[in-house]
Amino acid sequence: MNHRLSGLLIPAAAVVAALLIGALMILALGANPVDGYRELFIGAFGSGDALADTAVRAMPLLLVGVGICVAFRAKVINIGGEGQIIAGALVSTVTVLVVPGLPSLILIPLVLVAGMIGGGFWGAIPGALKAYLSVNEILSTIMLNIVAVQIMNYLLRDPLIDPEEIERGTRIPQTERLSENADLPILLDGTRLHLGVVVAVMAAVVAWAFLWRTTIGFKVRAVGQNPAAAGYAGMPVKRMTLLALTYSGAMCGLAGAVLVFGSQSHRLITDGSSAGFTGSAGFNGIVAALFGGLHPLWTIPSSFLFGGLLVGANAMQRAIQIPSALAVGLNGLVVVFVVSSNRIRDRMRQRSELAAAARALARREAEDEQHTDDIGGKVVA
Amino acid sequence: MLEMRGITKRFPGVLANDHVSFDVRAGEVHTLLGENGAGKSTLMKILFGLYRADEGEILFNGKPLQISSPSAAIAAGIGMIHQHFMLVPILTVTENVALGLSSSGLRPDLADVEDRVRALADEYGLQVDPRAEVWQLAVGERQRVEILKALYREARLLVLDEPTAVLTPQEVDDFFVTLRKLAEDGRGLIFISHKLHEVLALSDRITVLRDGRVTGHTTPAETSRQQLAEMMVGRPVKLAPDKPEVEFGEARLTIHDLSVRGDRDHTAVDGVSFEVRAGEILGIAGVSGNGQRELAEAVAGLRPPDQGSIRLDGVEVAGASPREIRAAGLAYVPEERMRDGAIGAFTVSENLMLLDHDSPAYSRRGWLDLGSLNERAEQLVERFAVKTPSVHTATRSLSGGNIQKVILAREITSGPAVLLAAQPTRGVDIGAAEYIHHQLVEQRGAGTAIVVISEDLDEVLALADRVAVMFEGRIVGVADRADCTPEGLGLLMAGG
Ligand SMILES: Nc1ncnc2c1ncn2[C@@H]1O[C@H](COP(=O)(O)OP(=O)(O)O)[C@@H](O)[C@H]1O
Ligand SMILES: [Mg+2]
Repeated sequence: MNHRLSGLLIPAAAVVAALLIGALMILALGANPVDGYRELFIGAFGSGDALADTAVRAMPLLLVGVGICVAFRAKVINIGGEGQIIAGALVSTVTVLVVPGLPSLILIPLVLVAGMIGGGFWGAIPGALKAYLSVNEILSTIMLNIVAVQIMNYLLRDPLIDPEEIERGTRIPQTERLSENADLPILLDGTRLHLGVVVAVMAAVVAWAFLWRTTIGFKVRAVGQNPAAAGYAGMPVKRMTLLALTYSGAMCGLAGAVLVFGSQSHRLITDGSSAGFTGSAGFNGIVAALFGGLHPLWTIPSSFLFGGLLVGANAMQRAIQIPSALAVGLNGLVVVFVVSSNRIRDRMRQRSELAAAARALARREAEDEQHTDDIGGKVVA
Repeated sequence: MLEMRGITKRFPGVLANDHVSFDVRAGEVHTLLGENGAGKSTLMKILFGLYRADEGEILFNGKPLQISSPSAAIAAGIGMIHQHFMLVPILTVTENVALGLSSSGLRPDLADVEDRVRALADEYGLQVDPRAEVWQLAVGERQRVEILKALYREARLLVLDEPTAVLTPQEVDDFFVTLRKLAEDGRGLIFISHKLHEVLALSDRITVLRDGRVTGHTTPAETSRQQLAEMMVGRPVKLAPDKPEVEFGEARLTIHDLSVRGDRDHTAVDGVSFEVRAGEILGIAGVSGNGQRELAEAVAGLRPPDQGSIRLDGVEVAGASPREIRAAGLAYVPEERMRDGAIGAFTVSENLMLLDHDSPAYSRRGWLDLGSLNERAEQLVERFAVKTPSVHTATRSLSGGNIQKVILAREITSGPAVLLAAQPTRGVDIGAAEYIHHQLVEQRGAGTAIVVISEDLDEVLALADRVAVMFEGRIVGVADRADCTPEGLGLLMAGG
């Protein structure tokens, strides 16, 4: 089988399998899975509004996923998306609080850059720890998630809190309505589709170009595939590891900025948990990237589908009255199936690659043999 | 005693054995010679009942042999020493020999087994402690256990699949003495190898296989390395490259009093000094593990030396980074080619650009110029005769010889001052080895100073202008090629 084809079919089959098992669970709860899935589909893709919602929901997944793709190419596993999103959101928020009056044309790019700097810094910490002190990045990124949440909670409860909340004494941990000049413009009137979606798609294209068209991206991939050989070739192995995690963090930080300035409240809000503000995008983005075969461009459709699943699951839950835990469980099932199917796909890819090489060589050798026979004939004659 | 007639075996897409016929007489060593993938192991697995032939018949002691499983083969008196040993590491030598011997329903008395193992070991020079647990043994000793196992089961026909691949040259000598003795006692031995000098030294008769077909039957008396190589490859080959006379230039690599520590913190390289001039090939002979790897890694910048100096064209590079050393003019073909020399998942083109993708010729402001990189890759693949479907093929799906050609092509194109090649043709087919040797000599003509580190004495003698022998971290002798004999070098390599 063509491996491009199997690359699409296998994760698709995994999603179908997950949905089938989900159907059994819905049946067991006494609801009708056919109705449920219809509602899910309509809720996700059934109207212009639904599509816009899905796109908005997919945006942070895509940005995080793009970062995961870059990190993975350097053999770095970034579980720190949540913390990096928060770091990006905080730095961009503070930026707007400091210079709220700048015109949009300057303020919006500035805000996005500030988000990347915040997230990039939060990714650079585990990156440096891994590169120079061999600290396992899975542990350090998870711990930095917790640190980021605590910093955010502290800042929103005191230094950055909306002054009105103090006056009114409600003390909801959120910032004031941030400068309108920083609002991400709506692309289609009447929908929630905003500039962030375009930014995310562009980020995916940029990451692809970075990995496969630039000299540094080439080094990142070489280091990820074989650090020994890359080191022999004179590549700065440690710096590439650091760079990959910084890049990954910057993408998550960008997601954080876009989440704040593309939100309907235009504030940074926390409910004390990190998921309250990020919607678990730091984790769901990993799944989107895996679903996209850890390729930045394939992560675009995969994030869109996964975003649709998240939006649609809410619609389904409302329509057929199933507990919200089931919607969450359905996502979990998809995650498990997609992640396991990735292994199968890798193995098939390797096998088909070998078989294809053998076939092509056999063909070529047959041609060569004819060729040398000709030459041999001449020599004898 | 054994006759295999018209054996044919197909695997999906591969004809592994194509009407192969050969026979073994009692008291002889019959060698199966052929390149990797020629079908030697497959043929033997058919004999041993591990595969079933699609066509053909096997006669053993004049009677048709119907073997459906290895235990049937053992019962018939056939013993096989596989390429990969099949011992239980946590059991003792005696227990391993006794394993599976319950034919009479009784557990064999281990003391009896041990006595018999000792007797066999003494008789055939297969020294090994019967009470040692197998995990404690070196590879050479494990191989002896496998042979003892077969002898204990009274094997009359012994199959040895590439047994020397795991042995050092010294061990090989002793091993051959044992094999001769086994044959003299009336056993038939099938010896599998692709090392020509071993085959000529040991065999009574030789059958050569290529691409599953028999390409010739011969004996050492009536053939030569040259002829055997041509039968294996199927076309004329040059085992020793033509080396034009060249005028040696200035010293380009000068190493003085270099000491390097190994992985176990021992002194692996101990006060080594030598120099290599432009247009000269220095061959460093020696049994692996005498400091050659550490020497190479220190020169390449992968292992910091404890003391001493390494000069490339007069520039001191001891302790510098690989990048700096490459910039000073070193090219390096590492011993572990898949680990250190190439990136398996990368395409051929990507591996070819590993070193110079960010040079101005192939990139602009950090952007790769894929057009010219791929074009250059096509040229290199063509020039170095790399057999690959395309430059976009994953490198790991190529054969060892072709991967080595990719590495060599990449290293040589920079026009290095010094080329350091470690075991450049180990495990590589004859055709590819010939080509690699040719390229090294070519590069010598271009004024590069070349160091070839090799365990293969034939290779060193074919290539070198000067030969140094390394033993226990020191250079124990240096001589011009003209003054070297294989015997003399062999003695030095053994520390004599
Ligand atoms: N189990 C198998 N399945 C498919 N192909 C095989 C198998 N075993 C060997 N082959 C193929 O058969 C050919 C001969 O292999 P083998 O007998 O191992 O060669 P040799 O021992 O001479 O190096 C090779 O092309 C190899 O890839
Ligand atoms: Mg074999």
